[in-house]
Amino acid sequence: MVEAEVWDLLEEIPDPEIPVISLVDLGVIRAVDVSDGHVHIEFTPTFLGCPALEYMKRAIEEKVPGAEVQVIQDDSWSTDKITAAGREKLREAGFAPPAPRLVQLQSQVHRCPYCGSTETHLENIFGPTPCRSLRYCDSCRQPFEQFKTI
Amino acid sequence: MNAQALLSIADDELFLGWRESEWTGIAPMLEEDVAFSSIAQNEIGHARALYQLVVGEDGDADALAFDRRLDEYRCAPFVELRLLDWAHTIARRWLYETADEIRIAALKSDPDPAVAGLAAKIDREETYHRMHAEMWHDRLANEARFQEATAELWPYAVGMLPEELRDELAVRIGLALPSDKLSQAHERGTHTEYLAPMWEEMTEVRRSAPAGAQW
Repeated sequence: MVEAEVWDLLEEIPDPEIPVISLVDLGVIRAVDVSDGHVHIEFTPTFLGCPALEYMKRAIEEKVPGAEVQVIQDDSWSTDKITAAGREKLREAGFAPPAPRLVQLQSQVHRCPYCGSTETHLENIFGPTPCRSLRYCDSCRQPFEQFKTI
Repeated sequence: MNAQALLSIADDELFLGWRESEWTGIAPMLEEDVAFSSIAQNEIGHARALYQLVVGEDGDADALAFDRRLDEYRCAPFVELRLLDWAHTIARRWLYETADEIRIAALKSDPDPAVAGLAAKIDREETYHRMHAEMWHDRLANEARFQEATAELWPYAVGMLPEELRDELAVRIGLALPSDKLSQAHERGTHTEYLAPMWEEMTEVRRSAPAGAQW
């Protein structure tokens, strides 16, 4: 197996809480290394309290038999690691994708994923999972989930 | 950063996380049920990551979290208090998050990259806890009940931090440090009457299967 094949396999694993995007789109696969037939995958959690952590680790091990999955607890993941394709899939599914950190810290503008309006307000900093906030669109009167920028 | 100092933070996060989870389902409004549940989940996640750092990647973080004798826990009395009203609960949230920000900032410049990296990750998540705490503080700051709760809890909050970080907390909160030496009851190293019942509840299922249960 070569590294590109491992990435292709990982691309098929959906995020357990937001299954419209894959673990690769989510940016939680930090590195893949294949040497002497041995596969080493570095995986980093989104939020430290994510209950799906073990589930995702097992899903990787099942998908890539024999792979050694190392969980990295450093600061290498942020929402900036979500791929462009991943952001678009989130938006299509009704989740407002996280703005890039630099933009979000300066603008505080949040766009409705349904109608595109920026006339939205925060309902709750927290939501159904740690990575989401709840907002409401004042234009199309639709509540929506905002992926938090972290 | 030595293991005892990391354990202090981990134990604070575990026990406060447990306390915050007690509001799930009974907070004054639905939005706060959601908020407190998420905050609790994050804090306990931070505790787990810190325990894992202490025991090493292949070590048993659960054993460290749940199998110590009560006098071996390093949590501050502040996080053990069983607070039954909203003013005290929000006062603790605000005081705790402010103090936690100060010590996590210090941890981010730790010479050990594993400690500094984890601290930076924790800090990203805590940003949202601080927003929540500030929002409530702004709403309640002029209420007598909130001011009284803050004054009552203040010595406990001071006791959560090592000496060298306390001045910064006083500046941030806008209260003077207690003029006398802090009473032993407020300092880390002693425990309140609330710790034992909380720990017993937290570990009841685990202790019921001492040989190890398969979930």
